[in-house]
Formats: sequence, structure tokens, C-alpha cells
Amino acid sequence: MSQYFNEMYDGGKVRMPYARLEDWMNAMPASLRTLKQAEAEDLFRRIGITFAVYGEGGDPDRLIPFDMFPRVFTASEWARLEKGIKQRARALNAFLVDVYGRGEIIRAGRIPSRLVYQNEAFEKAVVGMKPPKGVYSHIVGIDIVRTGPDEFFVLEDNCRTPSGVSYMLENREIMMRMFPDLFRGNRIEPVDRYPEILRRTLASVAPQKCTNEPTIVLLTPGHFNSAYYEHSFLADLMGIELVEGQDLFVEGEFVWMRTTEGPKKVDVVYRRIDDAFIDPLCFRPDSMLGVPGLMDVYRSGGVSICSAPGAGVADDKAVYTFVPEMVRFYLGEEPILQNVPTWQCGKEADLRYVLDNLSELVVKEVHGSGGYGMLVGPKSTKDQIESFRMKIKADPGNYIAQPTLALSTTPTFVAEGVAPRHVDLRPYCLVGEGIELVPGALTRVALTEGSLVVNSSQGGGVKDTWVLAE
Amino acid sequence: MLSRTADNLFWIARYMERAETAARLLEVGSRIALLPSAAGYRNEWDSLLQASGNADAFARKYGDPVQRNIESFLFFDRDNPSSVASCITTARENGRIVRTALTTQVWDALNTAFQELRQLERTPRSELELSRLTEWTMRHAAMVRGAIEATLLRNDGWDFLNIGYSLERADNTARLMDVKYYVLLPRVEFVGSGLDNYQWTTLLRAMSAHRAFHWAYGGEVTAAKIAHFLILNPQCPRSLITCVEGLSAHLDRLARLYGATTEAQAQARGMLVALSETREDDIFDEGLHDFLSRFIRETAALGSLIHETYLSGDMR
Repeated sequence: MSQYFNEMYDGGKVRMPYARLEDWMNAMPASLRTLKQAEAEDLFRRIGITFAVYGEGGDPDRLIPFDMFPRVFTASEWARLEKGIKQRARALNAFLVDVYGRGEIIRAGRIPSRLVYQNEAFEKAVVGMKPPKGVYSHIVGIDIVRTGPDEFFVLEDNCRTPSGVSYMLENREIMMRMFPDLFRGNRIEPVDRYPEILRRTLASVAPQKCTNEPTIVLLTPGHFNSAYYEHSFLADLMGIELVEGQDLFVEGEFVWMRTTEGPKKVDVVYRRIDDAFIDPLCFRPDSMLGVPGLMDVYRSGGVSICSAPGAGVADDKAVYTFVPEMVRFYLGEEPILQNVPTWQCGKEADLRYVLDNLSELVVKEVHGSGGYGMLVGPKSTKDQIESFRMKIKADPGNYIAQPTLALSTTPTFVAEGVAPRHVDLRPYCLVGEGIELVPGALTRVALTEGSLVVNSSQGGGVKDTWVLAE
Repeated sequence: MLSRTADNLFWIARYMERAETAARLLEVGSRIALLPSAAGYRNEWDSLLQASGNADAFARKYGDPVQRNIESFLFFDRDNPSSVASCITTARENGRIVRTALTTQVWDALNTAFQELRQLERTPRSELELSRLTEWTMRHAAMVRGAIEATLLRNDGWDFLNIGYSLERADNTARLMDVKYYVLLPRVEFVGSGLDNYQWTTLLRAMSAHRAFHWAYGGEVTAAKIAHFLILNPQCPRSLITCVEGLSAHLDRLARLYGATTEAQAQARGMLVALSETREDDIFDEGLHDFLSRFIRETAALGSLIHETYLSGDMR
């Protein structure tokens, strides 16, 4: 048997949260399963949830594979996760307010100043700004892996524009449509309040100058973006306009959108484009996606931007190492969720260790995301490892390394029937006037046997994620 | 509503209507191909290309108007922005951009058309009868239109869709008539000479209106009757007056909804009043070609006004 923690079977015995799923699984003949799988795919395609993968060419209307076997957490497992996630989201926001303010954590010597102030993601344009309610990152996506019954590790934080929440919502809708009996038999916490809470969160951080009921918009790079479906889905569920840069303009002290009835003032911009592109006057002058002058209005309190420009410095992979320190420093608490031990290739001793143990480690680019530009040592050939070694040596500061984690598995439908596959977890924590987490998350699954890479851009799939009621 | 959203809706309608027009042209062409070849008929394919406004592009890419090439060009060719495939793809892409402004049924109709189109594109051409392609197009165009009428909230978005349909249809009808008149019957003495009878019938077929015409008028097909039917008869769903009525009604609705009268609204009303007071004789006195050219110009001007007022977002 494998050394990996199987979330359903504990040495041949079914763990409690999965008790009812065993019968469900056994009662489903292969023919019915094929039928249901086809039905699910048809539903996804008809609703239009497709995912374009950067740089792959091919079918722009590719579906993310959906696995019908749900992943389950008990109420008590979730309660602990929830506490840990909220704690981390609070600490990350406190850190952001601090580093764009007095920088106490750096003065106290708890984080090297170079790591923050010389970080590419550190936004000089917002130094000294305190966004409404002191929140920089309003949607914090925290990637978590499990290695045992009580062992959870944070793999990385996403403080800018984490995507994937539409899958959390749609996976549930589709499961409820296809298997209503499962939901009658299990008491599963609903997740469909997410859009409403997100809207409330965004409204709660309206800018100082806003005296009306705030007008919120979702700013998308446009329909060629791989996450466009999600943008339009969320805008629709929140009942807010989905805008592109060209729909907005700055005049006087405010941001306006172009409507069929003339200009309408915009108070909160939930942006799904990167800092570098939101304002060509302030950041990249070649950006066609942003709104010229947006940053001036933001700095003078005429509009709120969520997440706030500059939030990226908190989810940098080099800064990540210090998040437990942030929890202690700002909250005076011990971190509930642990970090994965991380080696900074920028440090000489660490670099030596990493280069000596490449075949055992996972190496990532500091600013990379989406599973691109990474090396999974144990799954790589000698040649791949050697060519990666050259890359690290050429620019050590650009890489971090972590041990290859024994990611937990959950049962997954595969061609031969049901088999364990590795999973991770991405919950979406909402931070505004309050801090909220819906009982659910996106579970990503590596569909290839033995694979540990769950990214959808690398052929990963998704699952519905259940939290059982007490 | 965002100006860009209104613009996308407007173009969904225009492209679906345009796809239907391309399919109609193909159907008429294939019908003619079944008839014994006689002098004058060979020109039919060419005149259909003229009507689609793409004769030059076709000649550059394919050369002679051979039926199979014309089928490719009008149905499958992505280089031809007015082909059925291009129109349906663009309409669906516009729909994807404004998903939030559409009902599930409308999106489903657009998306299903697109998904089936991709299957058709993968099917060997030898297995595709032309009639199947044209029927397929008209069926999906009708499904989209039906979903819009049956499920969409009758708000400003619905008005912009309908404005798109009416404007495109007005333009298509006028152009089809103009091509038949101008290309095939350049000399006025041919009108009513019997030679044109067949050509005019073809025109009616191109508008799926030949049966309706006989119900409405009976007897001999004459240029005057056809002109009346396609220009002045409000019963004909594709007549110019019907299209202008639609434009005027929806612009009025928008003005009421937004509480602001516009120049576009006044212009549409003016066109409607003028058409209502026109008799067939007036048209032939002015010259059919001149009349149609003027109408096409006025329609284009109205389109620009609608764009400036609502779709560009530049109005302050």
C-alpha cells in the first residue's frame, strides 16, 4: 500500500465522513457512471464553463475535467481549517497595511527589509496609503494540502485575484442536479451564499467620498482571458456590471462607466487584472486593459480597488516563509496552519542543500503561478533535473524549494473504476468590514496516476467539496 | 446598461440575421442549379455573390463562381466575414461576452448553434446536402430569435437586439432588391417584359416570401407588385416598412425608458412617415435603384446615429 494518506479509507476501514459514499459508489454500475459523466460534461459545456490554457493553443473551449466523486470534510475538521484560514487572512492584511505604512515588522527585525522593499511586487505608488477598512486583500485564496488526519500545510497564499471560485459553485450545482439523493442522505453545508457575501464585502469597503449606495463593477481583461467565464458568472450572481477598461474613464475626482444613458459613477472596482495593467499612466504605459488615471482617483479616495494595488507583496513565495511570523507579530497568536518547510535558493546554505537534493525536492519560481516553471524532483528525468539546475544557478534568488509532500488522496473515478488520486484545497476567504468563509472550497485533483500537480493548466481536474453539518 | 453590452447585443442580432440571409442566398442558388441551364440563368450565382456584398473577395480566392466553391464561401469560409460560419461564431462570441445580459435559453440557442456548427465543420462535405445546411441555419436562427422573444426581459437589452435585427434586415432586403434590379435589369424597358418575371420570383424566394406573396396578391407577378410587397407592405416581415416600423418602435421605447428623446428616434420616425406616404408609382418615378440607394444611405446614417447615441459610450 502507498504511504499517502487516503481520505476515505483508513487501512481498509471507511472513515466517518465518507461512510455513505461507499454505498453510493458500489451501487453505481459502470454504465450509469459513464452516462452521468457525459451528462455532467454536457451541462458544463452548455453553461459555457470552459478554460482556455495559456500558450497551449488547441481548443479554446476545453472543459476542466470534473470528477463526480466528492471530497468530504467533517464539521470539526472544517472548524479548525476555518480558524486557521481566517487567522492567516487577517495576518496577511495586517502585514500589507504595515509595510505600506510604518513597517514595524521590518523595524522589529522579523522580516528582512530587502525581501519587502526590493520585492518586484512592492508597489511604491501606494506607499503611505491605507485603503478603506484597512483591507488590501479582500479575497484571500489559500492553497492547502493535507498529509494526514490532522496535518494540513499551506502551500501558498493568493492575495491578488485568486480564481476558481466559480467551479466551487458550479460543481455543487451540478452535483445537486445529478445526485439529489446524495444531498438528501448527507447533511451538506450550502455554499451558494458566496456571491452575496462577496458583494457585501465589496460594498463594505466603499471609498470615503462615496455617500450613495456604492456602485460596484467587476473589471475583466476581456473575453479572451481564460477566466472570463468566471468573471461573467460572478458579475451575474452579484448583479453588478462586468466592465472592461474601455468601459471606464476618469473625469474630475471620480471613475465613470459608459452606459447607454450616459456616464455613471463607479465606487468599487473588483478587478480581475494585475496591478501592472490597471492604469497605464501609473504602471505599464502599453496597457490597453486598464483605465488611465484610475490610481489618482484611488489615492484621493474617489474609488476603491479590490484587491488593493500592492497586495501582491504578501503572496510572494519568498515572503511566504514569514507568514507564521506575521501571525505571531500582528495577532499575538500561534499559527494554526503550518507552512511547508521552504529553502530560499537566494541564501547560500539553502542553495547548496537544494542543489544537492534536487531529485527529492519541488522547486518553484518565486513569482511563478499556475504550475508553470516548476520542477517536481521525484517525477523528473535526470536531464530535466540537470537543465533545471542550470536555471537555478543562473538566478538563485528567483527560486525556492520545498520537500515533495505526501499529498493526501481521495477516491476518483478513472477509466478502470475508482482509484485514489492526489488532491489539494483552495478555500476563498472574504475580508471586508468582517471576515467570512463559506463552508466549502475548490478541490483540485491530479487525474494522472501518481501525479502531484493539480493545476488545471497542467491537466488537473476539479471536485465538489463537502463540509458536513454537525 | 453598459454601452458595450448594448453594442454586443446589437451585433448578436445583426450577425444572426446575416447568417440567415447567407443561407437564403444559398438555397435560392441551389434551386436555380436544378433548373435547365438557359441564357441569363448562369449569372444567378454571380448576382447572389453581388448581393452578399463579397463578389470581389470571392473572385480573388476562388475565381469562377462554381457551386461547390460558392457553398464553401457562403457557408464555411472563415475568411468571409459574412459566411454562415463566421456570422454564427461571431454572434456566439458576442453572446459569450454579454452572458449576463442573456437568459440561459438565449445563450443555449446561440451556443448550441455554435457547437453544432463545429460538428458540421468536421463532417465530410460529401455527407452534407446543401439543403441540410440551409435548413440547419434557418432553424437555429429561428431558435435564437424565438428564445429572445419568449424568454428575455423586455428591457433596453431587448430593444437593442431588435434594433439590430431590424436594421440588418432593412439593409439586406434593400440590397437584395438593388442587386436584382441593378445587375440583372439595368435597362428599364426590361421591367415587366416577362424575362424579368423569373428573376423577380427568385428574389421572392431569396426572402422566403414567394408563397406569402401569392397569398397577398395573387395573379401575375409584376415588378410593381413585388416592389409594393417588399417595400411598402407592412404585412411582409422583411419589407422595408416593417423593418423601419420596428426600428422606430424600439427607439421610441428606449427614449421613454431613458426619459430622453434622441435624434435617432426622430430620424426613424421621419423615415417611417415618408415610407407610409409613398406609392409604388413614386418609387418607379424616382427610379427603383435611386430609391433603394437613398434608403440604404438613410439606414446607414440611422445606424451611425444609434451608435453615437447609445453604443459608443461617448455621449455625456
